[in-house]
Amino acid sequence: MSERKLDFTKFRERVGDLRGKEYWKSLEDLSRSDAFDEFFQSEFPQQALALEKGVDRRSFVKLMGASVAMAGLTSCSRPSETIVPYVNQPENVIPGRPIFFATAMPLAGYARGVLVESHMFRPTKIEGNPDHPSSLGASDAFMQASILGLYDPDRSQVVRKKGEISTWSEFVAAMQPVMAAARSNGAGLRFLTQTVTSPTLGAQMQQLLAQFPGSRWHQWDAAGNHGAREGARLAFGSYVNPVYDFTKANIVVSLGSDFLDEGAGHLRYARDFSSRRRVRRGTTTMNRLYAIESTPSSTGSIADHRLPVKPSEMESIAQQILSGGGSAFVNAIVKDLGANRGAAVIIAGEEQSPRLHALAQAINQAYGNMGATVFVTDSPEPAPVNQLESLRELVRDMHAGVVQSLIVLGGNPLFDAPADFAIERAYNKVGFRAHLSPYYDETSMLSHWHIPETHYLETWGDGRGHDGTVTIMQPLIAPLYNGRSAHEMLGSMLGGLDTSAYAAVRAHWFERGATEEGWRQWLHDGFVAGSALPQRSAAAVAPTTDNRPPTTGIEIILRPDPTILDGRYANNGWLQELPKPQTKITWDNVVLVGPHTAEGFGYGGKERDALVNEKKTRMAVVSYRGKDLRLPVWVVPGHAEGVATISYGYGRTQGGRIANGAGFNTYPIRFSDALTGGGGAQIRLAAESLFPVACTQEHQSIDPKVVGERGIIRNGTFDEYLKNPEFAKHGPHGPLAEDDSMYPAYEYKNHAWAMSIDTSVCTGCNGCVMACQSENNISIVGKEEVVREREMHWLRIDRYYKGSPENPEVFHQPVPCMQCENAPCEPVCPVEATSHNEDGLNDMTYNRCVGTRYCSNNCPYKVRRFNFFHYADYDTPALKPMRNPDVTVRTRGVMEKCTYCVQRINHAKIEAEKENRKVRDGEVTTACQQACPTQAIVFGDKNDKNSLVAQLRAEPTNYALLEELNTKPRTTYLATIRNPNPDLLPAAKPAGEAH
Amino acid sequence: MAIKDQTPLHEVRPTTQELRMVPERYLPTPVVEPGHSFASITDHISTIVLRKKTPIGWLVGFTLALFAVGLLTVSMTMLIGKGVGIWGINHPVGWGMDIINFVWWIGIGHAGTLISAILLLLRQEWRTSINRFAEAMTLFAVASAGLYPALHTGRPWFDYWLFPYPNTMGLWPQFRSPLIWDVFAVSTYATVSLMFWYVGLIPDLATLRDRATNIWIKRAYGAFALGWRGSAKHWYRYEHAYLLLAGLSTPLVLSVHTIVSFDFAVAQLPGWHATFFPPYFVAGAVFAGFAMVLTLAIPARKFFRLEDFITMKHLENMGKILLATGMIVVYAYAMEWFYGLYSGNPFETYMLKNRATGPYWKMYIALWVCNGLAPQLMWFKRFRTSTFWLFVVAMFVNVGMWLERFVIIPASLHRDFLPSSWGMYHGTIWDWSFFIGSIGLFFCLLFLFVRILPMISIFEMRTLLPEAQAHTEEEGAH
Amino acid sequence: MAQIFHRSANTLSRVTIFGAVFVAGFVLWVVGGIVRSPYFTNQGIQREQPIPFSHQHHVGGLGIDCRYCHTSVEKSSFAGLPPTSTCMNCHSQIWTNAAILQPVRDSYATGKPIRWSRVHRLPDYVHFNHSIHVTKGVGCASCHGRIDRMNLVYQASPLTMEWCLDCHRNPEKQVRPREEVFNMDYVPVNQKQLGPDLVRKYNIKKLTSCSTCHY
Repeated sequence: MSERKLDFTKFRERVGDLRGKEYWKSLEDLSRSDAFDEFFQSEFPQQALALEKGVDRRSFVKLMGASVAMAGLTSCSRPSETIVPYVNQPENVIPGRPIFFATAMPLAGYARGVLVESHMFRPTKIEGNPDHPSSLGASDAFMQASILGLYDPDRSQVVRKKGEISTWSEFVAAMQPVMAAARSNGAGLRFLTQTVTSPTLGAQMQQLLAQFPGSRWHQWDAAGNHGAREGARLAFGSYVNPVYDFTKANIVVSLGSDFLDEGAGHLRYARDFSSRRRVRRGTTTMNRLYAIESTPSSTGSIADHRLPVKPSEMESIAQQILSGGGSAFVNAIVKDLGANRGAAVIIAGEEQSPRLHALAQAINQAYGNMGATVFVTDSPEPAPVNQLESLRELVRDMHAGVVQSLIVLGGNPLFDAPADFAIERAYNKVGFRAHLSPYYDETSMLSHWHIPETHYLETWGDGRGHDGTVTIMQPLIAPLYNGRSAHEMLGSMLGGLDTSAYAAVRAHWFERGATEEGWRQWLHDGFVAGSALPQRSAAAVAPTTDNRPPTTGIEIILRPDPTILDGRYANNGWLQELPKPQTKITWDNVVLVGPHTAEGFGYGGKERDALVNEKKTRMAVVSYRGKDLRLPVWVVPGHAEGVATISYGYGRTQGGRIANGAGFNTYPIRFSDALTGGGGAQIRLAAESLFPVACTQEHQSIDPKVVGERGIIRNGTFDEYLKNPEFAKHGPHGPLAEDDSMYPAYEYKNHAWAMSIDTSVCTGCNGCVMACQSENNISIVGKEEVVREREMHWLRIDRYYKGSPENPEVFHQPVPCMQCENAPCEPVCPVEATSHNEDGLNDMTYNRCVGTRYCSNNCPYKVRRFNFFHYADYDTPALKPMRNPDVTVRTRGVMEKCTYCVQRINHAKIEAEKENRKVRDGEVTTACQQACPTQAIVFGDKNDKNSLVAQLRAEPTNYALLEELNTKPRTTYLATIRNPNPDLLPAAKPAGEAH
Repeated sequence: MAIKDQTPLHEVRPTTQELRMVPERYLPTPVVEPGHSFASITDHISTIVLRKKTPIGWLVGFTLALFAVGLLTVSMTMLIGKGVGIWGINHPVGWGMDIINFVWWIGIGHAGTLISAILLLLRQEWRTSINRFAEAMTLFAVASAGLYPALHTGRPWFDYWLFPYPNTMGLWPQFRSPLIWDVFAVSTYATVSLMFWYVGLIPDLATLRDRATNIWIKRAYGAFALGWRGSAKHWYRYEHAYLLLAGLSTPLVLSVHTIVSFDFAVAQLPGWHATFFPPYFVAGAVFAGFAMVLTLAIPARKFFRLEDFITMKHLENMGKILLATGMIVVYAYAMEWFYGLYSGNPFETYMLKNRATGPYWKMYIALWVCNGLAPQLMWFKRFRTSTFWLFVVAMFVNVGMWLERFVIIPASLHRDFLPSSWGMYHGTIWDWSFFIGSIGLFFCLLFLFVRILPMISIFEMRTLLPEAQAHTEEEGAH
Repeated sequence: MAQIFHRSANTLSRVTIFGAVFVAGFVLWVVGGIVRSPYFTNQGIQREQPIPFSHQHHVGGLGIDCRYCHTSVEKSSFAGLPPTSTCMNCHSQIWTNAAILQPVRDSYATGKPIRWSRVHRLPDYVHFNHSIHVTKGVGCASCHGRIDRMNLVYQASPLTMEWCLDCHRNPEKQVRPREEVFNMDYVPVNQKQLGPDLVRKYNIKKLTSCSTCHY
């Protein structure tokens, strides 16, 4: 340990000064840093290979080029590579084999358990922790992308004093007088944190507050669950934490909640929810989801019934449900709830109003769900507060000049605080301003002191999950960039011998009766068994009705961005280029409106053509409470009319190379009295102004008939399924001949890998896409290239609409490589760079590919991706250790595609061969499968009749995409089955849409 | 006798009669304006080449072409330096103007061999005055075409992997891939046409060797004339070699574009996957080829005052061929609709619908106008015999054939099977610079050709003269 | 008319025309040779090492088993390189102040690793796994040659793809009993008969898919 630490300090220095240089170099600069590689080789001989990849491939290309140019007579550059062993090899390290460590990823304060793959102490991949209640092995885009966040070369790397490079010890010294002052007059010292669930941090804060009686602790999380927190208090009288059990819920009513893709427990909830939604042979029941929402969400997209409403109508509808009568929709819900007392969940969205939350809980109470499917525990937060008020108070005091010194632990308040707080002016009044953050950001700029914050993989810590389960976070790697954790900050203020995070966390838990072996067990498991907060009996009281004046004009909804949240992930290229779940937009935020609203302000056919043909949309001016905001217009089918959704988090100016200049800053219209937006807005098109939007799926143009007649999406209702389970068996062209290929079929003696994707439970959450990107070293290409339709994701989630644009049915269809048995790509490659392997995979041999692109032209599924430019970053030293050493990094002019994670397959096969057995079912999981929260993706050997995938392929709802082409895909789909309420059917299924 | 004094004996080509006694009716009808003698032909044509001062028009044209070639080199540097990303291609559309231009040029490169070989075998004597020119055009078109397959991967240093050669990887290329067939088809075609052209040149090279005054020029021509003396033995061998090559290249005219069409027909993409592509492409190629011959011959004829040799008869015949092949092409377009609608295959049907009404509908309409309507003028002698109209129609066809390839390649690719991955294709500045560059290369070579080689076969022209016949009768009388 | 060429021109032209064919053929033959030569494959090149470690002495002479130093050869894709501590196991006892061992002692004292120069090097797009080859009965010597007779280790085999395929296509030519894998001077008695048996016994598949090594 200590020795490793030593080495990493070395590492840190190197990376540190390298970044310094890198910073001044242009990105094109191809010169690479030998110091860095040298270091890495010396520490990780094996990985040296992986690190060298880029360079080697380049020199290889050079060599080939030269050798053909000079008819092979060129001098061959002898590789004089050094290979470096350990001095003392650590225990249980087998060079070339990864080790997995359990820890947790905090997001908006809440911890989700993860397993981190580490190649010789070099974290390369994040997976969910199967034993952790908030994850159950699933992972989402943020988890997957956090590995890039760790190595991000733009992270702050030095302590800065008024922007000048300084040191930690100088900072600690500078703190002394501050604390002395605070101690003497006991006032003027303030702390600002984000949402905190860490018991240790909570305890440390309490100690500090005790030491400095006059000091105050404020909390602010721009994208926090303010509504839910306050709602809980409104309903139950105190800050409690509702936890839901969807496994018991026959009926789920979402009041503007995206519980499948948002919030601390969404991975768990998605898993539980889907467990009641999978339709297999013999399934007799299926849960039913009503979604009442304004902005189309993942949850709404798989709902059986979706009702687009204005935010202002939300509460009245909840009221109607509670009072048991209203529109046909409401009546249907009421009827179902009545029929399923104690077996339903009514859940309100994180950023919905406290009253709505209270109403939702009241309904749960009324229908006996409280204690049956809805449980209440104490808040996982050590000190839950109304964060808005907390920040308001802080800002007021800062304006008043009461605050002498402010310690900001994480967050970026100067960027994301409500606009009307004028926080910047207030902040500048504070005498001593210290800011701990991973980037030298907008807030750091104006702080006296900036301290680089550690990534969660670099520090000890702890945190609670959605149900309060505690995880002890352990570092996977010593801080790469001189980072300090909040624990260290507070530790240094508290004094004591060892101020390290390790000491703090250990002390905290050992004081509370942890034992050495217990501790080890916790670290090993990745969570503290039995630490979930106990359920408490609580009765929800319905809030008093208040009659707000009806809103005029267009209602604005302000939401955190689906992929970069409140801006904290703005410098994460993977997340920037990740298509937003519902809109498929990358690299930008736009103003989302419904079709009619758009026509309302004159966005019509001409604009649509521009969108389809040039990927350009019109700019609009949103006038809201005296502020004008220019944003690109985006029409979303199913978006509530008279409502415009605007996401915040973009428009960073100090976020890093990737964050800066992407999107538009919308915080200026986020006011403290309307954090989630409000009415009275006007939208008009800006004068002739087209703006390119990098959307990965052209959708306006698609004529629904095309999708139907091609049998791409096959769907039916649960009743239809019960009547005729085979309803989706045959495409529009009826049954096909078994195999009408001219060539003899391949025979697969050992394995025949196959994948089955259940479209009924796919929420389009993108977890799989990001997992694939991380596992397979997939490059990002940047906005311009996405606009030119050159994104590289091997796995894409196709989204189709059906029905009226006002409120269509939505279907998600993840499309990886189909691994066809009669693959159109294989025979056309002139150099056999893509070929059939003995297990039926369509191999892609990157080093053989010359780049004719014929295979891609001939691929009916268009799943092949071409490196039109040199997309892979060979040159940023910090990114090299991040890459998966088992996957070749592709160079320019090479075709790439999904291979069912063949590196994992080969690894499993080798292990099996060594034990002289076959690969067991479930022994190989593809990255996408492993990530999927709803287990929609199943991978395995179809030769093994008992394997899950073989069984799924035998399901009546199993179908192949474009089967009439006789490509015989190995990837097949299970038809989408929804469970609409018969009472609402005509409404839910517009005429002429039946399959 | 008079003739003998004027021209050295070895320049007098024995007629077909001498070589093979043929019935009268096979004797060629003179396709050269009256009033010409062996000498006048020889002088007229060879002086174009041998005259000291280069005509200003030539210089201007050549310089322009040279500029275009400069543009081409710049584009190639960009391509090799940065990659194919500089082009407009993307994920649905993997092939863009690179392949469009390739097919366009290859198509153009058909007339030459057709005229030389097939018309020769069919004893179409009128071909004589244009075949040399057409063959040259073929070669240069193939050269321009060859650029694209070589460069369209952006990493030409790997191109040799497409050839089957023993290597340390223990690998062969994928012989099932049409691209491999292309490699063989095109390279064979290029080689044979070159041979054919060169062999045809030998006697004229000798003529120039003898007429040139400057010793170095003599040497230069002499080296390539391979010591041609025009003895009966030479002529005898020459005839055989030439006929042999003609026979050899005849199938190639059909094979090359057939195989190029396989690049598309073998794929399963709607708009590509059609069994009638080979005949359709070959017809299109001849169509395009003759259009280009006209485009070049008409100005050249004016500029070098060759009206006597390239007569209206030639132009009119070519006009007729345009009409004929044009009709075949139109038939093919019609058949596409028939297949699409009759098969009821939703992909085919949509592909056609998309061509006619999709984002590229303008291209498709223009295609019908250029290749469908324009050639219809050729029904009327008035237009067939007007150089102006012939030129206009030829230009239309040149454009039309380019559009045809555009409609086939990007317009089929951009909306294929899964609507989710549909996209758009727009050529970038570099796509166009490559196109202009290849045109420049073509003209550059062409200008050099007309300056240093006889663009009309001197000795073959002579056989067209009445004297040639008369002279043989005399000889025969002895 | 005047001759513009000497008579020799005739012969000259004939020679060039017919010669061209042979020249082309010859060039191809030469290139084929060169790409298989050590010049390209780096075969048999002894590299400068920080310590002139002699496998001949340690393996051939002292008979130390390969796995004593290359510990992960049976477990991992990477055979493993001995950490300095492994050297010191013995050399803290014997040759404790031999000059040539100074770098080892320094490394051990300072914690600075020894930087060997790599001898066997596959391109990064080739994923080779030692453990499976060892398990399937491919002897160390089959690829690495008689290490026990090498003073300074050099690359014995060409490591070209065709060389790999040669064994992947007909493993029976190369496999040996598992217990003989680490035996340097194992000589097969009638491989013809033994080979196929072992292939069956060890259930060796002829893996020649691209993704066997390239992914």
